[in-house]
Amino acid sequence: MRENAVLEMRNICKSFPGVKALQNVDFTLCEGEVHALMGENGAGKSTLIKVLTGVYTKDSGQVYIKGSDKAVNIKSPQDAQKSGISTVYQEITLCPNLTVAENIYIGREKGMLLNWKKRNAEAEKVLSSLGINVKPTQQLASCSIAVQQMVAIARAVDMECKVLILDEPTSSLDESEVAKLFTLMRQLKARGVGIIFVTHFLDQVYEICDKITVLRDGTLVGEYEISELPRVQLVSKMLGKELDDMSDIKGDSTASIDMESAPVFEGEGLVSDQGIKPFDFHIRKGEVNGFTGLLGSGRSECVRTIFGADRILGGKVKMNGKSVKITKPIDAMKNGIAYLSEDRKRDGIVGDLSVRENIILALQVKKGFFKPFTKAQANKFAEEYIKLLDIKTASANTPIKSLSGGNQQKVLIARWLLTHPEYLILDEPTRGIDVGTKIDIQKLVLKLASEGMSVTFISSETDEMLRTCSRLVVMRDGKVVGELSGEDLTQNKIMSTIAGGEE
Amino acid sequence: MSFLSKTRNKFRGITDTNLLTSITIVVFVVMYLCAVIFLGEGFLKAQTFFNMLNANAALIILSCGMSLVMITGGIDISVGGVTALVSMCCAVFLDHHGGNVFGSILIALGIGLAFGLVQGYLVAYLDIQPFIVTLAGMFFARGMTTIVNTNPFNVANEEFVALKDTRIVIPGMGWYNKAGKYVDAYIEIGVIVALIVVAIMFFALKWTKSGRNFYAVGGNQQSALMLGVNVKRTKFVSHVICGLLAGIGGFVYFMHVGSGAASHASGAEMNAIASSIIGGTMLTGGVGNIIGTLFGVMSLALIQNIVSSVGLDEAWWTGITIAAMLCLFLVIQSIVISRKKNQKAEEAMEASAPTATEEKENGDKKSD
Amino acid sequence: MSTKAQKSSALDILKKILSNQIFIPISALLILTIVNLIVDPSFFEISLGYSSDGNPVLSGYLMTIIDYGSELAILAIGMTLVTAASGGQDISVGAAIAIAGSVILRVLCGTETSPETIQAPIIVAFLVSVLVAMAFGAFNGVLVAYFRIQPMVATLILFTAGRSIAAWINNNQLPIVNDETFTYFGGFIPGIPIPTPFFIAIACIIVTALVLKFTNLGLYVQSVGINEQSSRLNGLNPKFIKFITFVILGICVAVAGLIKVSRLSTINYSVIAKDIEMDAILAVALGGNVLSGGKFSITSSILGAYVIQFLTTTLYKFEVQSAALSAYKAIVVIILVVISAPVVREKASAIWKKLVNKKAAAKQAG
Repeated sequence: MRENAVLEMRNICKSFPGVKALQNVDFTLCEGEVHALMGENGAGKSTLIKVLTGVYTKDSGQVYIKGSDKAVNIKSPQDAQKSGISTVYQEITLCPNLTVAENIYIGREKGMLLNWKKRNAEAEKVLSSLGINVKPTQQLASCSIAVQQMVAIARAVDMECKVLILDEPTSSLDESEVAKLFTLMRQLKARGVGIIFVTHFLDQVYEICDKITVLRDGTLVGEYEISELPRVQLVSKMLGKELDDMSDIKGDSTASIDMESAPVFEGEGLVSDQGIKPFDFHIRKGEVNGFTGLLGSGRSECVRTIFGADRILGGKVKMNGKSVKITKPIDAMKNGIAYLSEDRKRDGIVGDLSVRENIILALQVKKGFFKPFTKAQANKFAEEYIKLLDIKTASANTPIKSLSGGNQQKVLIARWLLTHPEYLILDEPTRGIDVGTKIDIQKLVLKLASEGMSVTFISSETDEMLRTCSRLVVMRDGKVVGELSGEDLTQNKIMSTIAGGEE
Repeated sequence: MSFLSKTRNKFRGITDTNLLTSITIVVFVVMYLCAVIFLGEGFLKAQTFFNMLNANAALIILSCGMSLVMITGGIDISVGGVTALVSMCCAVFLDHHGGNVFGSILIALGIGLAFGLVQGYLVAYLDIQPFIVTLAGMFFARGMTTIVNTNPFNVANEEFVALKDTRIVIPGMGWYNKAGKYVDAYIEIGVIVALIVVAIMFFALKWTKSGRNFYAVGGNQQSALMLGVNVKRTKFVSHVICGLLAGIGGFVYFMHVGSGAASHASGAEMNAIASSIIGGTMLTGGVGNIIGTLFGVMSLALIQNIVSSVGLDEAWWTGITIAAMLCLFLVIQSIVISRKKNQKAEEAMEASAPTATEEKENGDKKSD
Repeated sequence: MSTKAQKSSALDILKKILSNQIFIPISALLILTIVNLIVDPSFFEISLGYSSDGNPVLSGYLMTIIDYGSELAILAIGMTLVTAASGGQDISVGAAIAIAGSVILRVLCGTETSPETIQAPIIVAFLVSVLVAMAFGAFNGVLVAYFRIQPMVATLILFTAGRSIAAWINNNQLPIVNDETFTYFGGFIPGIPIPTPFFIAIACIIVTALVLKFTNLGLYVQSVGINEQSSRLNGLNPKFIKFITFVILGICVAVAGLIKVSRLSTINYSVIAKDIEMDAILAVALGGNVLSGGKFSITSSILGAYVIQFLTTTLYKFEVQSAALSAYKAIVVIILVVISAPVVREKASAIWKKLVNKKAAAKQAG
């Protein structure tokens, strides 16, 4: 082991059916260091962390932890806790039915009996030392998401750990809470705890981290001192491209916009039950626009409102100048709107069904219950789109769940293209898929627009949106805070609008 | 507005478990009061209450096990079958093989434990749906009961009969019968066993660390795993304890009826599930309380009592009223869940739009 | 080289057969057939006899199977759909059959216990019972789909109350139908030696096949069962689809109820269709359908239903008491679920791989 390293991972490999999630990845964490683990979605960060915390078992490789010479074998989260690794996950992994205090202490105490008074008092102490304003006896489910996340952090911090993993903990926190978290991280660092920090926010990386390890497509790109790696280089390392490479697909997307006729979609005062403020939105024929903002800023919620995916509380909608009513997905589909959802696994694929059935599903539903396609028709559609989008599958009969992420995404795009929508919404279509497919999808978007389709394209990667969109709607805290187009479409301008700072 | 939000905050502070348990207790007390008022003083007699306990001691024990499994997020429908099997095996052992009471208790515990171990293993370690596993367990137990002995018979073993007829007199709670003679109020041994089980289970679930693991697993299995709870073992243990309690409950049932028969305790699993649900155990797991379960069983018993004292055909009407009550409580649970969801949406709205609160309050009033 | 290629293709075919759902009930059927052939081939004898009215009647164990397996097959159709869409099972079908049967008797007999002639045409009685059974199915469906209660527990309500309701419909009387035509449904139509329930089952199967062919029921139900969220975003209404499967099961229940009461011309509330819910669920499981929902095969379930009746009849022949049957069935269920458990399958395939690798290594070394 390296000197004063608290954790070393060597040659870690892990594969899932059809995907090599990690290939010979090395990772070293030293005492009293904050180490950023960077990479795009699907680069293998989460997998590496889940291997380390015993959620997944690695296929091969060794993990060394300070204090023992032999490689440790972490088979379960309990093992990880015992080895001094504590973790805060992006999604809240606490039990909603238990109280705050219980969530802090469960699963890591010794002894048989439980002293509620003492435990609540201790929890109170921990919580107040972190400035979390919540009663220890409150049931977790009744706390807001941000508070729940802070409780998870309190739990992790309270454990006497050598390694603290923070896996995108900041996405649901506001600025002051992030500041609190950083103070805390500095305290822990001074105590000699090694911290692994995963985040999407580059600012945060440069504010708090000492070192950066970059992963891409399941392999290690390299480990860098923070001072030696400027932002631009970090981004290009994550993307695996020099910045110049990426300009090649920049098309002139404004050319195809039809400014004459009424907008394809025009919404006024749209609002759903997902905590966004009423917003107005329109899109014209042949236009590509985007919603941008930080995670949780409400951009997905906006497009879900347009499609009627959540409970709609109000708003007026016109399609091509005519008033229509959209309250549920089928209304939107009948009006020529298609929506590729953000979470492919949860909201997109129907896992056990074949590629063919997944492709025809939406069109079939649109066509109606009593008019099933014949097998020949369905096959024709499937073959056509498998060829058109270059979907790599053994056959149209293969269950979609056995395809790789990128190909699953293409099947879903095929599903919506088959319905011949006037207006196509793509919510994070490039998340967690390989770079090649990402570029394919961006090219496809531009092509569709040039053929007269209106497209809304959302991506966490701003440069993708800069390349494809001619207009960006910027969101913050569930509110539309600006609209950028033409000259204003630059990285800096977007950042400043998101941040809400001056021009 | 401030008053509304204050009460809502108070409501928010209470945990689901406590809320559901309180509802159950209130419903029970109200029902009992109604029975006293409308059906007369029979319900004021202490013995009426004790008889409810005597007749349902076994069900209380079974329901405790059921609640535990349900809190952990599973279900066990084999308990009725196990009860029948236990009483048949003990009866055969006592009368045909000249066994003694101690041996029969061991048999009861052994059978329960065996069912618990096998079912627990299949559910926890082979990850098979608890419903289907315990359904098979129930089938098996019922079938085995007939195989052990086809015909129902009363046990004549003296030692056992003495135990069965033991009555524990509760001083000062007796009454004067029509002839003016004082009759002592009594409970059976089974009731003592049941109350001990309730006490132990209540204590274990509330004040031991492993007790809280059951709640964690039932609340969110994935999270519990991440929090370092051994999920598989917790599930396994819940089924083992449930099986063991089914064995104990089986013996208590046996002590109450004093006979072996394949048709014994038919529908007991459904009554146990119903009691647990009425007692505030949430089907989705993670919420429940043994005291609530006790009141759940007593509520069922009370319904039976009321139905029979009104003079309705007992078996049919009990079925319908229990079902109606079950339906009511399931809907309450469903509402409790959606209450939580609405609260979150509300909070999100409040957080993002403090000015909109006023408007929303009005909306709330209307919808209330 | 060529033999190797052949071998691998043969292996592929074998794999395909093994992975096909219908393989499970068929292999169970084969095992049962073989056991019976070895123990006593007379099991398969069918003899032509004459009933008391002089009508030709086929009899034998096989006839018993297709006779009594038919109600089960009809229920299995509905149960498969419910299982696929909601990922749970309806345990109230036995009680619901009691209700449906009770309604038929009520309509046929009016308020009398044993009228000389029936008070309404049989078809009217049947249609009324269909409506009632659908209504109870709808009740279950509402609890499951709209109140999001686990199917098994939601149907527990009707399971508890159903037989009481059935008794209440006829004022706790046991009416007797004195009409010859009525007995045809559960017995024989004069001149036709094959039991009528079998024809009714065939009719139900044909209707189901047509519905699956000319509507999207299959696709919708599977989508909802596999991924409710996605289905919703593809314009489906998962709640309604779950709901409708329970209503369809209601229709199946009414048909099964007709056969059941026709067999006796009367009803016994606490015994009629007792434990049939367990057999119906077992049929679905034996048909290789996943009990937690998703993809389904109705053909498999129907075959599963007859296999279960086959097993029951075989056990009866071995003079197993009817009450003890369940112990044997339980063992079958446990074997089935253990074999099909993903955890067990994974472990088995890991061991299989190891064996194959070892063989290959040994060959190479050799």
